[in-house]
Amino acid sequence: MKNKYDIIVVGGGHAGCEASYAAAKLNFNVALITSNIKNIADMPCNPSIGGTAKGIVVREIDALGGIMGKIADRSHFQIKMLNNSKGPAVRSLRAQADKKIYPQEMLKELKKLKNLSIIEAMVEDIMVTDNNIKGVILENHKTINCKSLILTTGTYLKSNVLVGSEIKKEGPHGERRSLKLSNNLKKQGFEILRLKTGTPQRIEKNSIDYSKLKPEYGDLNPLTFSFDNPPLYDVNNQELCYVTYTSPETHKIIKDNLKKSAMYSGNVKGIGARYCPSIEDKIVRFADKERHQLFLEPESKFTNEIYIQGFSTSMPYDVQDKLVHSLPGLEKAKILKYAYAIEYDAINPLHLKPSLETKIINNLFTAGQINGTSGYEEAAGQGLIAGINASLKLQNKVPLILKRNESYIGVLIDDLVTRGTIEPYRLLTSRAEYRLILRHDNADLRLRKYGYEVGLINKTQYNKLIKKEKNINELINELKTKRLSKKNIPLDILNKIKEKQLTSGYSLFELIKRPEFKIKDCFNSKLITNKYSEDIIETTEFLIKYEGYINKTNKDIERLLKLEKKQIPEDLDYDKVKNIATEARQKLNQIKPLTIAQASRISGVNPADISMLVIYLKKEYSKNE
Amino acid sequence: MDTTICAISTAVGTGAISIIRISGKEAINIVNSIFSGVNLTKVKSHTIHYGFIVENNNKIDEVLITIMKSPKTYTTEDIVEINCHGGISTTNKVLEILLNKGCKLAEPGEFTKRAFLNSRIDLLKAEAISDIINSETEKARKLAINQIEGKLSEKINNIRKNIIEIQASIEVNIDYPEYEDIEIMTNQNLLPNLDKILFYINELILESENGKLIKNGIDIVILGKPNVGKSSILNTLLEEDKAIVTDIPGTTRDIIEGKINLNGILLNIIDTAGLRYTTDFVEKIGVQKSLDTSEKADLIIYVIDNTITDLSEDIKKIKELKHKKIIIFVNKNDISSKNNFDEFNNYNIVMGNTISKNGLNELKNKIIEMFNINYLDTKDYSYLSSARQISLTKKAKTAIENAISNLNEGVSIDMVTIDLKECYETLGEIIGAVYKDDLIDEMFSRFCLGK
Repeated sequence: MKNKYDIIVVGGGHAGCEASYAAAKLNFNVALITSNIKNIADMPCNPSIGGTAKGIVVREIDALGGIMGKIADRSHFQIKMLNNSKGPAVRSLRAQADKKIYPQEMLKELKKLKNLSIIEAMVEDIMVTDNNIKGVILENHKTINCKSLILTTGTYLKSNVLVGSEIKKEGPHGERRSLKLSNNLKKQGFEILRLKTGTPQRIEKNSIDYSKLKPEYGDLNPLTFSFDNPPLYDVNNQELCYVTYTSPETHKIIKDNLKKSAMYSGNVKGIGARYCPSIEDKIVRFADKERHQLFLEPESKFTNEIYIQGFSTSMPYDVQDKLVHSLPGLEKAKILKYAYAIEYDAINPLHLKPSLETKIINNLFTAGQINGTSGYEEAAGQGLIAGINASLKLQNKVPLILKRNESYIGVLIDDLVTRGTIEPYRLLTSRAEYRLILRHDNADLRLRKYGYEVGLINKTQYNKLIKKEKNINELINELKTKRLSKKNIPLDILNKIKEKQLTSGYSLFELIKRPEFKIKDCFNSKLITNKYSEDIIETTEFLIKYEGYINKTNKDIERLLKLEKKQIPEDLDYDKVKNIATEARQKLNQIKPLTIAQASRISGVNPADISMLVIYLKKEYSKNE
Repeated sequence: MDTTICAISTAVGTGAISIIRISGKEAINIVNSIFSGVNLTKVKSHTIHYGFIVENNNKIDEVLITIMKSPKTYTTEDIVEINCHGGISTTNKVLEILLNKGCKLAEPGEFTKRAFLNSRIDLLKAEAISDIINSETEKARKLAINQIEGKLSEKINNIRKNIIEIQASIEVNIDYPEYEDIEIMTNQNLLPNLDKILFYINELILESENGKLIKNGIDIVILGKPNVGKSSILNTLLEEDKAIVTDIPGTTRDIIEGKINLNGILLNIIDTAGLRYTTDFVEKIGVQKSLDTSEKADLIIYVIDNTITDLSEDIKKIKELKHKKIIIFVNKNDISSKNNFDEFNNYNIVMGNTISKNGLNELKNKIIEMFNINYLDTKDYSYLSSARQISLTKKAKTAIENAISNLNEGVSIDMVTIDLKECYETLGEIIGAVYKDDLIDEMFSRFCLGK
């Protein structure tokens, strides 16, 4: 262990892994400090990577040169595309990742990086001089210096694990919690939030009666998160998940024992997410709902644990026994691990710039649950951006700030630093106003160029992107050029056209716009030769079929970009701007938005305040000219 | 907004009392410095005080001063109103003194703009206030007041609430696709809901068309060949109502315009140059101008001279009019003729003359009937009454129609949500819920001086 690094990352979860990986790849000397090396890339909750919106985040991480997608491709045992029926804009991958393999593969990948040191230690405090980060102080009072620090402490800050009336002062899996760091952050001026999350029981695989359960299969066509590797799993040999439901008995047990739940006894002070409520929350808040759906998901091929998705609770152990046994198929189930709620400290994300650097201390970055988010993918996305921006800052370059029209990661970070959060924040496709543009299929087209500019994407990968863009344009041109008239239209195409009257000639491009046609019909009828890969055809077809909607969205984006271009100086004193409402002034002073667009998204800042701000900037700007 | 502004807020030249309004931090101090009476800086809010406006110890005018202190005022700033009694030149003198004391002359709409910027009123109310100032009939005033009370905002918000509810159900399906026990939004359960929204929006547009009549009145153009008595019909209508006749200079000859109040609805009647075939260049322009004017009108009164035997030219002209609403007025029915008007059976036809004023009530009744004037009542309606509002509502309508037709064509639900979002945001724009760069400037440039 040296006592000086360029960048230190504290925490080895999904944010910490991406941050260390990116910074080390960019040739900085990086130290990843974790309290337990065995927990690197640990998945303490659900055994899956991806899901709606989250699956697209994994694609974006891969496009930018991050690592999560590649590790997930190597370690899952079931994968499927969600929302196929609901349209191309909201499709997203979800994989059942093996909890044993995923951390192993990640550690292997991190160890390959020669300039990354992994240190097992507990960080207690940060060293700051004149608002600049200088390093960290360990539990044993040793200090390690750094130019840049990234905190990715997950749920470990002053965490309490809650089961019934029991409060255990520890982190997930009975790990040691970090007791002093959040207090020390508070001393530096950070507002500390108290948040809560939870995890359900793990059940012995062989104690479940599968005859009563409906199986859930993976997709039969091969899928990958990464743009750089082929499918690495046996499509025909995927593990199954199962569906079960709560029973009337389950609901009765919960109602009878509600006061015993840590959540309802007043023991929990942290705020939980509406998006993943505990089972007692679901039953209390949706009292008229007869049953709730639950998923049984294997944790690993190498353990016998089954995860009950949707059943997280903070009931005492004896009530949990009854609850699990009230579920169809789990009457005789053996509980291997009990469910628990966990509360932990986070910082108010309004302390952050869009680069994820804190406004209070220079070269201090934070990512993941410490910023108030939930989810492995949300954490990884922030970790990657923090790793990139810590590196760019040491190179004296402008930070990489992804816009809302460019990526889900951009939406996530903008929401955090502009609106803040009071509950663990989860990405949803509905949070993205331009989701039509933020698709699974085009993540590389959107973001790979940034990865290349930053230095995480190599020349070969970049050339592949350029070729993809070229192929798409070529296919579009071909479809636009090739025309059909009454004379040369193939019979099978004619038969498919709904209105039989061909009034005039069509280009194939116009034909594809019709719902009944696909690009593949043109190949099948030998109108053009298929020299294109599946991903080219998929994206091209989307661009043609939804051209109208894309144009509409692009107009909205133009409007956004106009406002994004209106920059606000970072040191603007809002007390000098006249006639802004008091609430808006406070918010603006706190958040310090970088653009008018960002300012207009702050809740409590109304259009009148924005116009006063615009007028002020105009006046000040013209003064300087 | 740290300046103190002032303006004469009553119409110039009418009424015995003129009111000057002053708004801003210095309003009370400035007025106190030119007032002889109680010390205005020490009086309670919302009180009235008698005294004189003085300059260099000379009494300028005998006035009543109303003091309204921030924040419970129109602009949320301190407001002082001076009721001047000395006629227009004295009022102007008082205004001049105020300007000398450091007040700034208010720009058009500036009081309302301040009210808006201080979050006192929303955008829709700001527009409605501009309507009140311009309203010329009681019904129009009531309509504008309805808007200020936020009835239209409420209606639009309700539609938006409906949309957001539908959207929320769709979004849950999209973001939680694996939960089979959540109701799936299919075409069958979405379409009736979207139809309902379309219905509400249509209702809004329909009511707005009536609202436009109430607010702007009915534009009527009198057409007909020269010397059939068009001007005398106009003059007779105007005389009865003692309306003001204004002369608008035209290029060839004057077009005469007048306004009358018919059961609370304003009729804007325009008399035009006679229609006839002519080679005279100047007169040709006049005829074309008459036809152009008539195209924009809500109603055409086409006048025929009963004494003329050859009606072929009139028949031709009437048939050329593509207008929806036409009344044919056969003038000079006091002189008998052999004309038969079977040709006009499909038209509204009124016989009469201006000498004995025969037929003129029938003409008015016809107008009342054609425009349902007696059924127009402001109390049940909430209107969109500016062109901006109506065009945005129509845009919202197109968006919801697209959503419906796309659903019917099997377009995927993620696309339909884009239509829904557009509808939601467009409706939001009407009530100013969406920030638009150029909207505010556009809005306030349309306001008249004062309130």
